[in-house]
Amino acid sequence: MSTATVSGPAVGDTADRLGLRGQSLPRWMPLAVAAGAVVVSLLIYLLTPVDSEIQIVLMAALGFVIAMTALSTAVEGGRRARDRFATTLVYTAFLLAVIPLVAVLVSVIGKGAGRLDAGFFTHSMNGIGARDVGGGIYHAIIGTVEQVLLASVLAVPFGLLVAIYLVEYGRGRVSRVISFFVDVLTGLPSIIAGLFILAFWVIALDQGFSGFAGALALAVLMIPTVVRSAEEMLKLVPNELREAGYALGVPQWRTILRVVVPTALPGIVTGVMLAVARVAGETAPVLLTVFGTNLINSNPFSGEQSSLPLYIYSQAGQPQQSAVDRAWAAALVLIIIIMVLNLAARLFAGRNRLR
Amino acid sequence: MATRIDVTGLTAYYGKFKAVADVNLTIEPKNVTAFIGPSGCGKSTVLRTLNRMHEVLPGARVEGKVLLDGEDLYGAGTDPVNVRRTVGMVFQRPNPFPTMSIYENVIAGLKLNGVRKKALLDERVEESLRGANLWEEVKDRLGRPGAGLSGGQQQRLCIARAIAVEPQVLLMDEPCSALDPISTLAIEDLITKLKSSFTIVIVTHNMQQASRVSDTTAFFSLEKTGDPGRLVEFDKTSKIFTNPTEKRTEDYVSGRFG
Ligand SMILES: Nc1ncnc2c1ncn2[C@@H]1O[C@H](COP(=O)(O)OP(=O)(O)OP(=O)(O)O)[C@@H](O)[C@H]1O
Ligand SMILES: [Mg+2]
Repeated sequence: MSTATVSGPAVGDTADRLGLRGQSLPRWMPLAVAAGAVVVSLLIYLLTPVDSEIQIVLMAALGFVIAMTALSTAVEGGRRARDRFATTLVYTAFLLAVIPLVAVLVSVIGKGAGRLDAGFFTHSMNGIGARDVGGGIYHAIIGTVEQVLLASVLAVPFGLLVAIYLVEYGRGRVSRVISFFVDVLTGLPSIIAGLFILAFWVIALDQGFSGFAGALALAVLMIPTVVRSAEEMLKLVPNELREAGYALGVPQWRTILRVVVPTALPGIVTGVMLAVARVAGETAPVLLTVFGTNLINSNPFSGEQSSLPLYIYSQAGQPQQSAVDRAWAAALVLIIIIMVLNLAARLFAGRNRLR
Repeated sequence: MATRIDVTGLTAYYGKFKAVADVNLTIEPKNVTAFIGPSGCGKSTVLRTLNRMHEVLPGARVEGKVLLDGEDLYGAGTDPVNVRRTVGMVFQRPNPFPTMSIYENVIAGLKLNGVRKKALLDERVEESLRGANLWEEVKDRLGRPGAGLSGGQQQRLCIARAIAVEPQVLLMDEPCSALDPISTLAIEDLITKLKSSFTIVIVTHNMQQASRVSDTTAFFSLEKTGDPGRLVEFDKTSKIFTNPTEKRTEDYVSGRFG
């Protein structure tokens, strides 16, 4: 017993009779190949007449993918080489996707941070010409907050109800028709939503420009997003939970309200936030329905208002540097507001889950 | 508190597909009845017709009569919601509500039906958890999520949730099929204990379990796939397992089926 002989290779034996091990490239190899690709393309940049930076970056990326795949095929064999190839593509795509995001953030912060002082938040553009350096976005923030809030108040309950109908009650024809129209609405260009409210509410019903008209246009844009995302989240709730509710003698509507919707809530909140973030940056529909003003108007139900996108649009269109600076600063504020909203929503959704 | 169930000429459909045909049986009050039979013969289907859960699925419908102490479950004017308050159900896979704590799970049925009195709820939570043999294990963490319990504990939580609304009948669809032998034993003990206050119907694939816990047994079977399932034999459990009338029953309970 004490001298039980173990047949088979001992630990550390290099024999691999079953062929379980394979040749693989060392961990540092991808980095080395990447460095090589960068060096080669830099040499090309310096020594040949090719002088477009974009071409050079693309060349380096392409060189890396090709060299890595070739090397891997030679050393590791076909399956691993394909794995390397796919991995490389995924990472390259990720980097390419992040570049614009980072570039936007860096340039907006770089160009906008300078104008961000207390006065910028507490003043409107009343009496400020394009050439003047002062002025602020107080009126635009009020406008954006009121319009987006009103739009959410209109669109979120409506969208949620439609989603609940589609998932929980909708059978057959009616639900297919509704679903089709929601799809159509998803693809609706935002300026069409603005034109519709302009023609219908502002002109035909003679309500005039107002923050509320803008909210209506934004709501039209929000509804399909809210419906679609809430629908997906509600579909993810397992049927067993609904049946558990019914089996306790809880009516269907109550089961939906107290069991299904709370279970899907974190996802629904995220979807709503995406919709809010999307419409908060809309310019065209707001331009057609709210019109824009330099003055403070905190009543969204009558008269022109401003909003951050409108403000950015009008300031960025001016030739003077002072106006362009204001546009950058307002852009930074808009991004921050949307990020704060997102974070708040995430916190809220997280708090609603049990720990 | 317990109720007798009379089933006559029961036929259940899923859309055009006839899943079970012409079932007749009588379930005595304060009795445990086991449904046994091969997979797909319609045990779950029949069980779900007993509290009108069958019709929850789109296209599913039922013909025939189910009398609960003489009242027709499928009669005009019968409210399925009220039926389900009287006839509770425990499912094959434990399904506690994931957004609720243990406490909230137990009283979900009461709370969702509008009971607010804190003292009553507290009392019912303890009573139901004790009834489900779970109180000792969870009394210190009632506020923790119900989904954080082990599978066997979750299933007992679901039983506690079902008995908290004080039904007359308790339906259980393979309540132990996802559980280890010890949790299974705990649930079987529980069934024997609950028998004194509820009428119980249990679906099981475990012959020993059926013979251990039940007083009467219904054996369902089907000729071939595509045919509707039928009730083959319905009798005292001791008779079904020792001296069944039908050859098919004998083959099945002795393991010579198929
Ligand atoms: N939701 C459904 N839609 C359509 N047909 C169904 C549905 N549920 C069950 N059936 C069919 O009804 C028949 C009976 O199914 P049922 O679930 O009652 O069987 P069972 O005896 O409970 O089987 P098991 O022991 O495997 O749980 C089967 O042929 C099944 O395919
Ligand atoms: Mg079943």
